[in-house]
Amino acid sequence: MFVIRAIATIIWRDVRQSYASGGTWLPVIFYLSAATLFPFAVGPDRDLLLQTGGGILWIAALLATLLPLDRLVQPDLENGFHDQLIARGFSDEILAAARLVSHWLSFGPPLLFAAFLASGLMGLEGAALGTLLASLAIATPALAGLAVMIAALTAGLKGAGALGGLLLVPLAIPLLIFGAGSLSAQGSSALMFLAAISLLLVAITPFAAGAALSALRE
Amino acid sequence: MNEGQSTGSSNRLFAEALGCVRGGRILFRGLGFALEPGQAGLLTGPNGVGKSSLLRLVAGLLQPSAGICTAPETKALCDDRLALDEHLPLEQALGFWARLDGQSEAAVSAAMARAGLGHLAEVPVRYFSTGQRQRARLARTYLAAATLWLLDEPANGLDSDSVAQLGSALQAHLDGGGIILAASHIPLPIAFDLSLQLQPLEELEACL
Repeated sequence: MFVIRAIATIIWRDVRQSYASGGTWLPVIFYLSAATLFPFAVGPDRDLLLQTGGGILWIAALLATLLPLDRLVQPDLENGFHDQLIARGFSDEILAAARLVSHWLSFGPPLLFAAFLASGLMGLEGAALGTLLASLAIATPALAGLAVMIAALTAGLKGAGALGGLLLVPLAIPLLIFGAGSLSAQGSSALMFLAAISLLLVAITPFAAGAALSALRE
Repeated sequence: MNEGQSTGSSNRLFAEALGCVRGGRILFRGLGFALEPGQAGLLTGPNGVGKSSLLRLVAGLLQPSAGICTAPETKALCDDRLALDEHLPLEQALGFWARLDGQSEAAVSAAMARAGLGHLAEVPVRYFSTGQRQRARLARTYLAAATLWLLDEPANGLDSDSVAQLGSALQAHLDGGGIILAASHIPLPIAFDLSLQLQPLEELEACL
């Protein structure tokens, strides 16, 4: 009971800090500007936008994942927060899991909101809009997990942000394939594959990120 | 080489045949000491000899490469990093650790007063001077209500009044049955029961 309250305290601090520092809104603004630019670039052809819009919104979501990479893990390592928590007996895995939850809370819902707004620009509505939001809702925990894993792996390296981008994009390809694929006609099986991949990534995040964090102390 | 372990807990600090390897280099080995409740130990030695590593090892942040280390379950580490949210006022920044450690808000005020920071409760931590930051680290340590205090250069950047204040806080902790292990170049105004002089390993081998 005490441990659960302590972990809730840690998650609450992360979430509050993320919303207060504006770190939450940066991906949202990026997402909306990418979605706004696309119709300008390809022209206001309604059919074309309907066909490609969902895919573009998915790519934008993936790229928006990259933005907060360098502030996920590095600051807490630098200012000693992480060590203080370890000295209190929390394991790296627990802390990585807490980071995953807190990052999703400050990344997932705002991104879904932005996707909802942006879908209007692409003319997506009805079932297609529902599928897009469902696929993003399923995938954002996995994207948050990937971000936490890669932030932990690259923490302390020079140019961690750029390297993190290079590492994250290939790992996110399965999510993109099934996520954007779910928007096509035979979408429902793609959505299930997406859910399976998302579950896998979320499940391994605490262990992979935790191993990276404990290796950093050696 | 035997894998060392730092498990188990007791109300005393006990180390036996402790060894530490950092970056492929042996920092120390065969280190043994014991501190009972109410006792304080002082770590001395030249820079880079492994004082901070020993403190981190006792705190559970490093695994010993050999030997055994048992420490009380509750440990407070005061190293050179602040571990407080810089944009928050001191009281709120300390409040995070108070909630985590199950301490009351009164304990936060008491810790700030003991560190001589009571008048800065509303000031964001990023405006603090060097000495005030050091006192904020100490306040965080006092607040943890831990049995074992691990202090890495606790008097760095403190003026003489603050050092005296630190001394009375340390003495109060010892009187309450606490244990202190401190590394300091600046003389601390308490009586140490144990003095551990770490020496560079090459010189040690030359002596043997």
